[in-house]
Amino acid sequence: MKKYTDSGKKDTRSGFGAGLTELGKTNENVVALCADLTGSLKMDEFKENHPERFYQVGIAEANMMGMAAGMTIGGKIPFTGTFANFSTGRVYDQIRQSIAYSGKNVKICASHAGVTLGEDGATHQILEDLGLMKMLPGMTVINTCDYNQTKAATLAVAEHQGPMYLRFGRPKVANFTPENQNFEIGKAVHLQEGTDVTLVATGHLVWEALQAAEKLHEEGISAEVINIHTIKPLDNKAILDSVVKTGCIVTAEEHNYLGGLGESVSRVLAKNAPTPQEFVATQDTFGESGTPEQLMEKYGLNANAIIKAAKKVISRK
Amino acid sequence: MADLQHLEDLVVQVRRDILRQVHAVNSGHPGGSLGCTEFFVALYQELMERKDDFNMDGIGEDLFFLSNGHISPVFYSVLARSGYFPVEELKTFRHIDSRLQGHPTTHEGLPGIRVASGSLGQGISVSIGAAEAKKLNKDNHIVYTLCGDGELQEGQNWEAIMYAAGNKVDNLIVSIDLNGQQIDGATQNVLPLGNVKEKFEAFGWDVLEIKEGNNLSAVLEGMKKAKAKTGNGKPVCVLLHTVMGNGVDFMMHTHAWHGKAPNDEQLEKALSQNPETLGDY
Repeated sequence: MKKYTDSGKKDTRSGFGAGLTELGKTNENVVALCADLTGSLKMDEFKENHPERFYQVGIAEANMMGMAAGMTIGGKIPFTGTFANFSTGRVYDQIRQSIAYSGKNVKICASHAGVTLGEDGATHQILEDLGLMKMLPGMTVINTCDYNQTKAATLAVAEHQGPMYLRFGRPKVANFTPENQNFEIGKAVHLQEGTDVTLVATGHLVWEALQAAEKLHEEGISAEVINIHTIKPLDNKAILDSVVKTGCIVTAEEHNYLGGLGESVSRVLAKNAPTPQEFVATQDTFGESGTPEQLMEKYGLNANAIIKAAKKVISRK
Repeated sequence: MADLQHLEDLVVQVRRDILRQVHAVNSGHPGGSLGCTEFFVALYQELMERKDDFNMDGIGEDLFFLSNGHISPVFYSVLARSGYFPVEELKTFRHIDSRLQGHPTTHEGLPGIRVASGSLGQGISVSIGAAEAKKLNKDNHIVYTLCGDGELQEGQNWEAIMYAAGNKVDNLIVSIDLNGQQIDGATQNVLPLGNVKEKFEAFGWDVLEIKEGNNLSAVLEGMKKAKAKTGNGKPVCVLLHTVMGNGVDFMMHTHAWHGKAPNDEQLEKALSQNPETLGDY
């Protein structure tokens, strides 16, 4: 069994900040817009190095989305930065009309997604954003798993033409993917070969899935682990090839089970290869205040929850 | 300047195009379209510096964004008659498989249109983005936009209006179509806008008024003044006083024709008040 090691916990938002800093140096068309959360989004370095390409819009997210759409019309590649809640639900109509329907090359970069935002509570913990964004025609939806991958994704989305949603978070999580990795939009990453169950995870739950696979291995259960960093377009082939071997699947995400990765996977399976599936996700609920670890435990978003779901799905084969 | 008589003839022809487009599909928005005909003709025929070939980035030319997308009939007519696409294509307005969607969109690649609009309140923001991009590109051209007055009820406008003044977006001219009407009735009754001039000024904009928004010469003169005000550290707002349904006596001064098409008899009457000048499509 392949071993993965945590090279030191880091927040994924800092991966975004590092990617944006690099883009500032390498791509003069990249501009950044922020709605009064420069520090939270780790956009400070870009702002300091390129003040002429940094736009502080204030607490006015709708205007930010419209401005970003307008800047593409001058050939710019705008990266908007605010919390996931205000990057999606608050401005859904602006994204729908001015960005997605208009086919604009805007990169919507969203931090503080999900319950792991922690103590701020449910008003700021959006668990519906992946669903909102994946329903928009033409929108690419990415949810990265660690610092290194977030940095690589940030660089990749600048090169890719079209509206993109890039989701990351606040807490420090295991950094285990390679530095300077190649990030291929729409291509799943196989992390572990296995035969008994497929674990498909996105975001920081990929690390939890790896931890779960190790423990399952100790119990004699062979789990295949796939990192889905791109929710849309979904790598259908990676999923179908895996379930042909294992015959059952667990999806894991920090998102409502309605509308997220699990639902996309179930559609692929229903259409091509009906397969037992269990959903590690929030169960149509809002979050609450607490530490990220407490919330992940309470809402069933960790390795233990994945192990439980894996055993259940195997019994349903 | 182009021959004024030619422009006046074009205004009348555009009115015919508007009426015939909405009549053909028994849907669309003639009222606001008729009210803004002189503005569109002045803008596209006289004021804007435009390139012959349409390019989405619009670098090296003036740009226009229509915020109140429901007045697409006047936009389509003037775009077509300014060479962006064949005038014949106006026949396809609101038909299935057409590039002339009910509300304008870039989706089907219609030359002359750079962003979708229809859901109100987003045009000033997009225009600010395009204006900021022009500054970054050291492209010394102007971004124009048009909003409805009722549209100012959307809060996003005031986010944008605040941004533009606070950040000295002075290569931007926002015109407000002040016709005092919206779907449900007079703006004054639906949700009063208060003193729009004082509001823009309080936000730090240069404001000028065109009292006769349906007088082509007055529009040309007013918009040239607005153009002269650009580049002075403030965004420019033009309060364009128009009459909804202008040019058709029974459509004027009422919200009744905001989103209603004339029947055969009404069309004939309306067209008789606007005799063909430059050739129907």
